[in-house]
Parts: sequence; C-alpha cells; structure tokens
Amino acid sequence: MLTLEALRLTQDDFSLTADWAVAPGERLALIGPSGAGKTSLLMAIAGFFAPTSGRILWQGRDLSAVLPGARPFTTLFQDQNLFGHLTVAQNLCLGLSPSLKMSDATARLIEGALTRVGLTGYGARKPGQLSGGQQGRAALARALLRARPVLLLDEPFAALGPALRAEMLSLVAEVAAETQAAVILVSHDPKDVVGFAQRVSVVAEGAASLPVETKALLADPPKVLRDYLG
Amino acid sequence: MKLAFGLAVAIAALILGSAAILAWHARAMAGGRLLAPADFAALRFTLLQAALSAGFSALLAVPVARALFRRRFWGQSALIGLMAAPFALPFVVAVLGLLTIFGRAGPVNMALGALGLPPFSIYGLHGVVMANVFFNLPLATRMLLHGWHAIPPERFRLAQSLSMPPAAQFRHLELPMLRVQLPGIAVTVFLICLTSFAISLTLGGGPKASTLELAIYQALRFEFDLGRAALLATVQFSLCAIVTLGALRLTLPDGFGTGLARQSVLFAPKGWRRGLDVFWIALAALYLLAPLLAALLRGLPGLADLPNGLWPALARSLAVALASALLTTVAALILALAAARPGRRWIELSAMLPLSASGLVLGTGLFLALRPFAQPDDLALPVTMLVNTLLALPFVFRLLLPQARQVQQNFDRLSESLGLTPMIRLRYVTLPLLARPLGYGAGLAAALSMGDLGVITLFAGQGGATLPLLVQNLIGAYRMDQAAAAALILVLASFSLFFLFDRWGARHADT
Repeated sequence: MLTLEALRLTQDDFSLTADWAVAPGERLALIGPSGAGKTSLLMAIAGFFAPTSGRILWQGRDLSAVLPGARPFTTLFQDQNLFGHLTVAQNLCLGLSPSLKMSDATARLIEGALTRVGLTGYGARKPGQLSGGQQGRAALARALLRARPVLLLDEPFAALGPALRAEMLSLVAEVAAETQAAVILVSHDPKDVVGFAQRVSVVAEGAASLPVETKALLADPPKVLRDYLG
Repeated sequence: MKLAFGLAVAIAALILGSAAILAWHARAMAGGRLLAPADFAALRFTLLQAALSAGFSALLAVPVARALFRRRFWGQSALIGLMAAPFALPFVVAVLGLLTIFGRAGPVNMALGALGLPPFSIYGLHGVVMANVFFNLPLATRMLLHGWHAIPPERFRLAQSLSMPPAAQFRHLELPMLRVQLPGIAVTVFLICLTSFAISLTLGGGPKASTLELAIYQALRFEFDLGRAALLATVQFSLCAIVTLGALRLTLPDGFGTGLARQSVLFAPKGWRRGLDVFWIALAALYLLAPLLAALLRGLPGLADLPNGLWPALARSLAVALASALLTTVAALILALAAARPGRRWIELSAMLPLSASGLVLGTGLFLALRPFAQPDDLALPVTMLVNTLLALPFVFRLLLPQARQVQQNFDRLSESLGLTPMIRLRYVTLPLLARPLGYGAGLAAALSMGDLGVITLFAGQGGATLPLLVQNLIGAYRMDQAAAAALILVLASFSLFFLFDRWGARHADT
C-alpha cells in the first residue's frame, strides 16, 4: 500500500496537495492540464522532489529518507529511459544488478524478458537503432526484471501514435499483472485512461483529487475536468 | 561532492594563500618601500604590450574570421585546425621561429640590407607584441568564427532575398555579433598577454621593455631581493585579478574546442572583396606558418649535434607533463561533475580562479612559502607540476563542463532511479560519455605543461632544467642551431602527447 499522507508540494508559485492511497496491484491514472503538477507529484513519489510537508509511506514506512534507487518503484520517464551508449542487454542488466556483471544466468533472464516484450534477439543493439516503440518495450523489459511493487509512468509513450500507445499500455498492464505491481500513470489524454486505469485522480487547481472510479468519473466529470476536456 | 568541495577549497587556498604570502612579505621585507620608478615603468610596459597585443589580435581577427567564414578553399579545415595549435605550442619555439625570420641574419633583414635600408630589430616592444599576436591572432580568429557560425543562417538568407549589399549585411547582421563577442575576446587575449613571461624573457628586457613578470624574475633570481619580488608579484596578481573579475561580466567566448567544419551559407561577394579576403587569409596563414616552419626546418640539421643534457631534460619535461595532465584532468572532472548540478556557481568560480594568477606569481608565492623548509632546486619539478596543473585547470574545466551538464541532464534521474553506485556510474556512464573532451583536455594540459617556461625559471638550479628551459638557455647563449634542434624535439614531444591523449579519448568515446 502506497500512501500519500497530507502531502504538499510547493515550488515558486506552484503548489499541489494530495491525500490518498494506492492499493496493491491497482492501476491509477493522474489526469489534468499541463503545468498542473502531474509530473511533479510523480517525481515526488519517485524521490526526485522533496515535499514541503506531509509524508509518502510504503507499507506504513516513511520514505522521505530513502534514496530514489532504493524505493520500491520503477520509474519510466518522459524520455531518456535508456543509456544511449550501452547495449539493450547492458541497459537491462543495470535493472538486475547495478554492477553490470553479466553472468550466464543474468543473460538468460535478460533474453527471457526481451522475448516477453517482443524484442527477441535485440540485446546486442544500441537504443539508437531501435524505434520509439521498441525503446519503450526495452524499458518495460527492464521494469519486468526489476519487479518492483509499483510502476511510475510519466507519459513515457507520449511521442508514439495512438494505436502504438494503446498497444504499449496493454503491455504495461500485462507486465504489471505478472509482477503484481501497482501502476501510477500520468496522462493528458482520457483515451489512454479508459480501459487501462481502474481509478483516476484529477490534478488541477492545486490539488490531486481523491481517486474516483474511471467509468463514474468520465460519465459525470467534475467542472475542472469538463473545462480541461472541453 | 565532498571531494569537489575539498578540491575547490584547496584551489582557493593555494591561489589566495599565495597572494596573502606575497602581500605579507611585500609589507614585511620591502620595509614600507613603494614601487620604484623602474617598477612603474614595468607596470606601464606590461599594460602597454598587453593592450597593443589584444587590440591587434582582436581587430585583425575580424577580417580574417570573416574571410574564413564566407570563402571555401582547399585546405581550409586544415588551416582552421592548425589555428588551434599555437595555444598548445611552447612559447620558446615560436620565439625561436620569429627570431629566425626577423633576426639579424634572417630573411627579412637580408632583404632590407639588399635594398640598402637600415636593419630591423625584433627586440623590444614591437617584438613582444608581434610574438603575442602570433599566439593570439589564431585564438581570436577561432573564437570569432564561432560567433559568425552562431548567426542563424536564416538571417543571411533573408538579407540576400532582400538583396542587401555586403556593407548593409555587415551593419545589420555581423556588427551586432561583433559588439557582443569582441570585448570578451579582447579581454581574454589581454589577460593571456599580461602573463606571457617567456616572450618578454627573450624579446623584451632592459629598462624600456621589461614586464612585471620579468622584473619579478630578475628580483628573485639575480638581485635576490625577496621583498621587491613579493611586491611586484602582489601588483601582478592584483592586476590579473581585476581583469579577471572584469572579464566575468562579459560574455566569454568559446573557441578552445574542436569542430568548426560546419557548412555555412555561401553568400561570398565577388570582385575586389574576393581579392581582399584572399589577402587576409594568406596573411594570417603566412604569419602562422612561417615562424613555425622556420623554427622546425632550422632544427633539422642540428639533430646530428644535439646539446648536452637534452635527454635528461626531455625526461624531466615528460614526467612533469604526464603527472600534471593526469592531475588536471582528474581535478577538472571532479569539479565539472559537481558544477554540472544546478546552483553550484561557487565551484565554477573556484575552478576559474587560477586565471587570476600567473606561473610567476604562484611560483614566487611558493618560493617564499617553501624556502624555510627546503632548497628551491629540490622542489623545482614538484612545484612546476603543481603550478602547471593549477594553470591548465580553468581551460580543461571549461572543456568538460558543457558535456558534464548534458550527461547530468540526460541521465542523472535514470541513474538514481536505478540506484547505480558512484563507481558504477563513473565507469559505465560518465567516463564513456565524457571520453572525448577528457582526452582532448588531457592532451591540452600535457602540451601546456610540456611547453611551460615560467615557474621552472625561478626554481631550477644547475642541471635541473626542463626542455623549454634548456632551449631558452641555449638561445641566451646564442647557440641558435642547438636551440633549434632542441626546440624541434620539444615540439615533437609536445604534439605527440597531445595527439596520443586526443586519440585515446576519441577511441574510447561511446555515444
């Protein structure tokens, strides 16, 4: 259980509050206009942005002193999810053991993860030789290997077309199901949310609202969401 | 982070500590003496030669850079590449080249004699300025060329579609760029010329053409007047510090780096303007190449009769250069990685601090500080290495910083989210991505250290000379053929070191 307890983020004249929890295995979306603080909230959870007040708890334990890499999360950023100068296999290996020691067992695990995301035989290539969708798949393969309890996604597929994006999100859902991970997805497109997220939090006007069931929310959107959707 | 903090503090302590020791000695030993008339003359001459050199270099660089920007010719990229060379060229070699061409028996005076004209002497103010321009005109040209390439090509296309004549293009497109760039370039050259000890040592001298640094050297080495040396060094340090502080307010140009082979807009006018451009390019090329070739060719016959002590001097120089290249690169890397994080301007400042000191100033400070504990002779090489490291640091730091920022921006969060340990991150992320500027920077530091003739002149005793000092001593003894042969070996060693480090970086670069 990931709990945001009376969390408040501030930076210059930006401010955001959140006070809710994510259940194990749940898929939650943060939706709202750009600049409202979706990414800031996700980065605060990941450990890159210190909150002004309130706490972030994992199974009741305060994470504020825990470094990003030691938190129980895998983060997929908007871009730069792979080291361009390392091969795909090396990038995946960093997910398993940050010492980049490639044993036979590791190599088998990596090849298995690559096969799972449809990249069989791509281990020796460099990210620059892959398409945008394939790069996303490689990053997901690493998430699969890391098998952390929560996946944090900051619109990592925003640059892909609609069909490919839907395909990637269903792959995310599969990976999350296999590792029994909860997912928090940042998105600005309600189409991404339908069919993927069970609950949605609207991030606007200085607050990340209490998550509501997706269908109910979209059937009767509150005013801030109506303004955003237009 | 702690390492970078300690390093920044150590640099500040060395530079400011030297300055404090100098000021204290100047007060204690000069006994309330103020500057003598001869010292005022040295101060005046220092400012005059630096101002003239900066003015000529910056102004001549304008037509040369403009011609290089708008013309295309065979060997152009080689010429632009070669313009980076004087920065890493040992001073003594260039001085030797100028002496060969403009000296008493050189081709210029032969021609003047044949025409029945009075001979031209390279010694004195004009010789010092000519040598400074030889070093700084190529540097200023490269910096300005960067400025020209930074003008968006769309603007040139727009100007041409409006059929603007070249004069109007100059006024509307090029002059605004020059107004921003030229002051910074002039100040950079001025600062370099304030500390060009090796040039004034050979071509200057006497009451009329003595710089502050030359006066420091004479006070310390010949008169053994430590108070006067400390006083002069304090003046020199204050001068450089004021100019450096002033320079920080200007846009400081880039131009030490490589990569100027960009395709530019071709809008070159024909007719007499073409002739003029050819003239400027030819003049710059001749002024750059003639002394260099003269020095090298003159050295060839002397290879059969190498001076005594050449090989030990070469070994000493190589040892100093390698150690100082290693130290400079490691220190610059630590500081650049720390400064790449936002809000660390003070680290950047401390890395640039050595610009306000010169080899002679630091040398005098260390000489006074260490004298009670050890013989100067014994410390010559370690002190030279330390001072060379400090002096090369700002340049290598500036080379690394942009790329370090890039790596930080692109991969810092990813590395942290994967929990990479500092060693793993250094080995698999930072070093491969920074290999190219690291190699280039190490090469530059090695070449600068190899050719340095500054602090070693204060410390070296009998038989402890580095190769540049050996060349200088041979010039002083008018054994020009042997000096030229030793200089040839110095250039070969210096450029080989640079080339090896640069190649090493390019080979390990992983992008």
